[in-house]
Amino acid sequence: MCGVVGLRLKDPALHPVLGELVVPMLDVLASRGPDSTGVAIYRHDAGPGALKYSLSARAADYDWGRYLAALEARAGGVPVELRRRSRDAVLVAGLGAEHGPALLAGLDPTVRLFGYGAAMEVYKDVGPAGEVCARYGVAGMAGYQAIGHTRMATESAVTTEHSHPFASAADLALVHNGSFSNYASIRRELAADGVAFDTDNDSEVAARYIACEMAAGAGLADALRGVLKVFDGFFTLLVAAEQEFAVVRDSFACKPMVVAETPEYVAVASEYVALADLPGVEKARVFEPMPEEIYTWPG
Amino acid sequence: MAGVTAVELSCAELSVREVNAALRALADGTAVRIAEPRGRHNLAVGLSNRLDIRIAGNAGYFIGGLCDGPDIAVDGFVGWSVGENLSSGLVRVRGNASECAGASARGGLIVIEGDASSRAGISLKGGTIAVAGDAGHMSGFMAQAGTILIGGNAAGSLGDSLYEAVIYVGGKIASLGADARVEELTGDDVRRVGELAGAAGFAHLSPEDVTKVASARSLYRFDALKDQRY
Repeated sequence: MCGVVGLRLKDPALHPVLGELVVPMLDVLASRGPDSTGVAIYRHDAGPGALKYSLSARAADYDWGRYLAALEARAGGVPVELRRRSRDAVLVAGLGAEHGPALLAGLDPTVRLFGYGAAMEVYKDVGPAGEVCARYGVAGMAGYQAIGHTRMATESAVTTEHSHPFASAADLALVHNGSFSNYASIRRELAADGVAFDTDNDSEVAARYIACEMAAGAGLADALRGVLKVFDGFFTLLVAAEQEFAVVRDSFACKPMVVAETPEYVAVASEYVALADLPGVEKARVFEPMPEEIYTWPG
Repeated sequence: MAGVTAVELSCAELSVREVNAALRALADGTAVRIAEPRGRHNLAVGLSNRLDIRIAGNAGYFIGGLCDGPDIAVDGFVGWSVGENLSSGLVRVRGNASECAGASARGGLIVIEGDASSRAGISLKGGTIAVAGDAGHMSGFMAQAGTILIGGNAAGSLGDSLYEAVIYVGGKIASLGADARVEELTGDDVRRVGELAGAAGFAHLSPEDVTKVASARSLYRFDALKDQRY
């Protein structure tokens, strides 16, 4: 099954309550995916030139102070700030999109990098939505956009790393309801081109594929057209970039999706029940996206 | 009684099971308003009493399914499989409907005033579906008996593997499914579409201008049943 939710706020007056709006959406869809939960939150609060790195420790008592000291020693005087989030942390630093991830990977291989970008923060873990969101304080997070996922695993193991979203490039995050059938072949082709994978998860392959297409110059919509051509299986995908938010469903459209659009926001979810508490949703245009059509909401 | 709401049930206070149990216990002729549906699934299902039910907002999956009696109106959007397996009565959706509207309905009328998504009328077994707007891909898939009227456009693979159900389309057809073909409109068809558009309240449709889609009958053989009425 799995549940996906997304919320893109057009009205800045709603930005302070992004987390407050998104957590109940995820909580309602815990019934579609009780084993793991994840969310990518977008907000510009890093300062000029800095990126945010969503880091995840394996132990609850991880020594972040030591990590920070080690990083400062190797960051060459670049100011770094560590924002603790329960077991995990968001590192804010101007390390550069090219150099940053490699530097962090070399610093402590036990610390996982779940995503990075100028706006995006990724929080994900095993556990139902209410529990995971409470742990990271998602309800208190402001922002202009969020995508989230409640997972019912079918293709790979239930671990923190296998949870969605999969963030495969700066500010690019993907959540998926469904299962790909030919992902192993695509994975081999991408690996042959030098793409590294964190897991054996099928959805991660789609996230890496989209990142590769975009790195080669494709826009998000074009990359998703590529997904329709290359990937076989069942999928409703929700993909967020820094300035864009997109939905695509496979040709059978067996995996649900409902869109509610008002002048204040665009909200999407696997079931309308997740949208029912949004302000003014009773006046929204509510519809189901068509199969094999790319829906994007920019700006 | 007309226009008077005799009973109000709120999904903010009652579970879906409690709402359906309360509906089942009501006397024929009662008007009921279901408040704050909030996307709940399975509202007003399996009812055989003759109620006049209004669902005051957007609702979830299987609304009005398995019913044999009530008239149901939804003031908003519905999720998958509205009116699934309907036997008789009316289910009217004032907004858009998700996939599989009227799936396997055996009788009754399902009216979608907005658009219907994919597979509207899948496996229809005698019921009638009227969509004012567009219908999604694979609508009428394997429909065995009954009528589907689409006021707007039909997406791809319309009427794939159709049996004896008939589809009328007011707008454009993106593509026909396997074994579906366009047939000439007869006087009976025009009358049927006119009646149905009237019952559904579709003023935008000219019955003589619709396209009729029926089975080419090359994919199935029902010789043993050739004298049976469908």
